[in-house]
Amino acid sequence: MLIRRSPDIVPSEITPRALFEDRRTFLRDAGLFAAGLAVTGLGARPVQAQGKPFAGARKSPFSVAETATPFKDVTTYNNFYEFGTGKDDPAERAGTLKPRPWTISVEGECAKPKRWDIDELMKLAAVEERIYRLRCVEGWSMVIPWNGFPLSELVKRAEPNSKAKYVEFITLNDEKQMPGVRLPVLDWPYVEGLRMDEAMHPLALLTFGLYGDLLPNQNGAPVRIVVPWKYGFKSAKSIVRIRFTETEPKTAWNKAIPNEYGFYSNVNPQVDHPRWSQAKERRIGEFGKRATLMFNGYGEQVASLYAGMDLKKYY
Amino acid sequence: MFVACLIPLALLALRAWRDQLGANPIEYITRATGWWTLTFLMITLTVTPVRRLLSMPWLLRLRRMLGLFAFFYASLHFTTYIWLDQFFDLAAIVKDVVKRPFITVGFTAFVLLIPLAATSTNAMVKRLGARRWQWLHRAVYVIGTLGVIHFLWLVKKDIREPLVFALVLAVLLGARLAFRWRERTRTASASAQVAARPG
Repeated sequence: MLIRRSPDIVPSEITPRALFEDRRTFLRDAGLFAAGLAVTGLGARPVQAQGKPFAGARKSPFSVAETATPFKDVTTYNNFYEFGTGKDDPAERAGTLKPRPWTISVEGECAKPKRWDIDELMKLAAVEERIYRLRCVEGWSMVIPWNGFPLSELVKRAEPNSKAKYVEFITLNDEKQMPGVRLPVLDWPYVEGLRMDEAMHPLALLTFGLYGDLLPNQNGAPVRIVVPWKYGFKSAKSIVRIRFTETEPKTAWNKAIPNEYGFYSNVNPQVDHPRWSQAKERRIGEFGKRATLMFNGYGEQVASLYAGMDLKKYY
Repeated sequence: MFVACLIPLALLALRAWRDQLGANPIEYITRATGWWTLTFLMITLTVTPVRRLLSMPWLLRLRRMLGLFAFFYASLHFTTYIWLDQFFDLAAIVKDVVKRPFITVGFTAFVLLIPLAATSTNAMVKRLGARRWQWLHRAVYVIGTLGVIHFLWLVKKDIREPLVFALVLAVLLGARLAFRWRERTRTASASAQVAARPG
């Protein structure tokens, strides 16, 4: 007779101690929150969006005067492989992601490493509305009103030392929250990176929301970066760790297919992807294709970062 | 059967009508028509092995229609690319076909399908003669392979779906090799028996 033994608990199933202990905090906060609700009849703003938390955000002069892509398209057509490789997978499956509680650990070559709580981080600087173009390496583009503040605000607080030449961004890698990471499509966790001067550039946005509301899970809740002059995959989502490094970070797509996805990956209509042209793009919602702009139209602000560099070599 | 083969197109039209093609409808249509082209190619290639394995000779009558539907969906796929995707930008299309291996391969497969569709009538079979006709129509093995490569090369990283097509194709082409090998050994042993018969 076949006796089935119940399987042992695999290590990955065990809740890490920190998380386990955090549950008390969560329960306590939830209790306080509920009590607060009962007393004031209002939701605490950052925790559960009652109304849109960034509705009154200051409009940034960096915004483009182009028609924004409809909210529905921005939130249903996504590349977020942690939830599957189909464009509609993230919208369908990202419900398992828990954007609260959330911490972001800032570490590496810096004087003041710190573990930030997401709600504390959000108050670090004034959240603005920035309407940016987003160009995907696959040949489509959107215009998205993001809510965030310059990444430089956070970088400055950490006081990076002289060895800090690059900034690495690491996405959450939790198969309980992200079904897509069970498949080795990419070498998880998702890693992205910027050179220090790129990270300090005023256009590089630490982003918490879009369309005035908190980021939907499928768009990289609760915190992501947006680097509008680079292909979309450079803008890491659901970040848990930011690390200052001396050497160039080994980024996820570069590791996967090095001859197709470089570290820089600046939007460049003159340098084709080995398998398709980058000269044109289809703006989501439009019928015809439009010409892709150098640095996605942000050349005036960022071209100087790459002065003297061969952009065919550093693609 | 004819109606059944039109269901994928009807579903696509229904989705378009209901505005359910997602944020990038042109990409959706291109993907769907391409997927159905490959699927009809595979179904067409399944006819012969199944017919022989299960001794269902009547299946042969379906093969032509299935093959023509593969061509039909390939034409829709090609038209979507030329019209909706590139909007008749001939320079861009030529550049694509010459420079992008996955488009070169897909385009070649489509061009190869044309003579097969053109010679699908009974009259053409007669005019060519069964032998030459069959020789010509073996091009479908090449077309199927090119079609799968076309899919494989366009995918960014997750190659599971094209691999499924590759596996199906390998089984279908492998079945043909197996039949051939069996026939050869059978005729060989038959002639050996004839030779060994006492005089």
